[in-house]
Amino acid sequence: MNDTLTLDAAEASRAEAAESTREASSIEMQGLHKRFGRDTVALDGVALVIEAGEFFTLLGPSGCGKTTLLRILAGLEEADDGRLAIGGRDVTEVPPHKRSVNTVFQSYALFPHLSVRENLAFGLKMRGMPPGEREARVAKIAEFIKLGDLVDRRVDQLSGGQRQRIALARALVNEPDVLLLDEPLSALDAGLRSQLQVELLRVQKRLGMTFVFVTHDQQEAMVMSDRIAVLNGGVIQQVGPPREVYEHPANAFVARFMGHDNLYPISARDGDRLTTSLGELTAEAAGEGDLLLIRPETLDLLPGEQAGENQLPATVSERLYRGSHAEYRLEVGETTLQATLNNRGRRLPEVGDRVTVKVAPEDLVTLSE
Amino acid sequence: MSYAGVTPTARSRAMVRESRHLLFTVAPGATWIIIFLVLPSAYLMGVAFMTNGPYGLPEMPLSLESFRRLAGFGFLGWSPGNLYTLLRSLWQTLVSTGLVVIVAYPIAYYISTCRAKWRPIMLLLVVVPSWTNQVIRTFGWMNLLAPGTPLSGLAESLGLIAPNMGLYPSNFAVTLGLVYNFLPFMVLPLYAAFEKLDTAQVEAAQDLYASPVRAFWHAVFPQTLPGLLAGIVLVAIPAFGMYVIPELLGGGKGMMLGNLVANQFSGGANWPLGAAGAILMLIATFIGLYAMRRIGKRLGGGEEVVI
Repeated sequence: MNDTLTLDAAEASRAEAAESTREASSIEMQGLHKRFGRDTVALDGVALVIEAGEFFTLLGPSGCGKTTLLRILAGLEEADDGRLAIGGRDVTEVPPHKRSVNTVFQSYALFPHLSVRENLAFGLKMRGMPPGEREARVAKIAEFIKLGDLVDRRVDQLSGGQRQRIALARALVNEPDVLLLDEPLSALDAGLRSQLQVELLRVQKRLGMTFVFVTHDQQEAMVMSDRIAVLNGGVIQQVGPPREVYEHPANAFVARFMGHDNLYPISARDGDRLTTSLGELTAEAAGEGDLLLIRPETLDLLPGEQAGENQLPATVSERLYRGSHAEYRLEVGETTLQATLNNRGRRLPEVGDRVTVKVAPEDLVTLSE
Repeated sequence: MSYAGVTPTARSRAMVRESRHLLFTVAPGATWIIIFLVLPSAYLMGVAFMTNGPYGLPEMPLSLESFRRLAGFGFLGWSPGNLYTLLRSLWQTLVSTGLVVIVAYPIAYYISTCRAKWRPIMLLLVVVPSWTNQVIRTFGWMNLLAPGTPLSGLAESLGLIAPNMGLYPSNFAVTLGLVYNFLPFMVLPLYAAFEKLDTAQVEAAQDLYASPVRAFWHAVFPQTLPGLLAGIVLVAIPAFGMYVIPELLGGGKGMMLGNLVANQFSGGANWPLGAAGAILMLIATFIGLYAMRRIGKRLGGGEEVVI
């Protein structure tokens, strides 16, 4: 029932900022290794610094080590090798219940035999906070996360979105140095999910707390994060702000994982002139590397065949209409190219049309395999 | 099921079909229960209110004599013998069930942490002894605990028992026999509870500052509670009515309610008194079940713990 409420960020954030005297904490990881059994390498030398107050996302496919890394931060898993410091304090060997770090679990892991109120108060109770103070804190967080009328319910009487909120509140109420979120939205349907993404982001900005977020969804990662670390095979592939990771992927894995299909081997290179199976193209400050990346949204389609720099003749072989935009599959000779264009004007290119593909030199990026 | 929009005759036909369906599915089980449980119990109830005849068989007229006898009022005035037997039964049930819980809980946990391929074998090892006849196993304990055996010798040298007494017959031997006999009935439901334990809850508790001991108490124990209560019911009820073990290991001072009842139908021969004893056991059992239900609800935080 509360799923539709959103946080009124602006007015509350000023009040909250005045109240909150907590310093957010940074996280430093050095040479973290983790192996399961004899031959499953989960983490293979992860070194990473997460700044205080940052919304940081660990992104990667399943089995890439992102959840293992998060569990090491929580203390639920012990690294085989390497050091970990939170807020400048080495916590490599500190057990989970002595770390000022809280986790929002993928399955929420709420206690079904306790009421919502008791779930929220659990961490405070374990730390020995007196009941009066505890209740005040719980009431405050319940209001903050807009679940005031749910606190006396039982957990099994809640919807998925409500459980997600309780799990978040149960962690936040402890005012941890760092909040860890393990795919917290993956069990929710698309609508609720995008709504809670925005909410989560606002909560983080209001509290100024360091959030470490794990997801396999690159869209989610880009919406939420200040910075993203892309992991594969227990190794960090790239760290950077969403725009950098999306527009300048460090390698082919990152490019493909971020959803790019238009990757072409460069067969010859003469300064800014690149030769690929598409033909010759001019790139501006494209950088090193032997792969050309063309982002689908940088392409323009002109009617008919028109000659010019970075203009290629093509045939439309498929069109997926998506309302605000459409996705086109184009055949340039033997090579396929994907283009995404906003739906403007009267006429959209049809399947079978001869068109000219145009791309600006500054939008071309090269990278290494 | 809804019959809206169906003609009256079709509707009544459908209802007839449904009730016939119900009859066929329920009838076999109901027949079984009526013949082997309801009728004998009703007969027993009747017998309890009849008079004891010369050969121990029930006779008219109806009377409350057997309940008076059960309460301890005999020809020589009141004697506490039967009361002691009842209290001993309750005490033995309580102690042996408690010990079974203490022994079974770590066993069940340990088995659940073993590799998947070992678990069925471990469970089998727990269950295998119960494939042997209970009387034979109890005779085995008699041989182990009798005077002059190494175990009795050890107990003697530690000063736990008087010389040449042996550990059997005694109340201790009965407790031991009960614990040994009922262990599998506790291990199995507890193992089932441990196997489906949600470890995320345990991790959440640790993450929320619970030390290992408190994480166990707040996140593991509540999850195993349904299995524990089921095990307690499976152990306590048959233990309370146990006949063979106190008969063989208890001697004259180890008698339990089950023996009191059984004796009235054989040696001592007083059917109405035996029937009255059986009714007393039934009442005590129902009180125990009700108490368990209440405890389950309290500890389960309102969550229904089905027994």
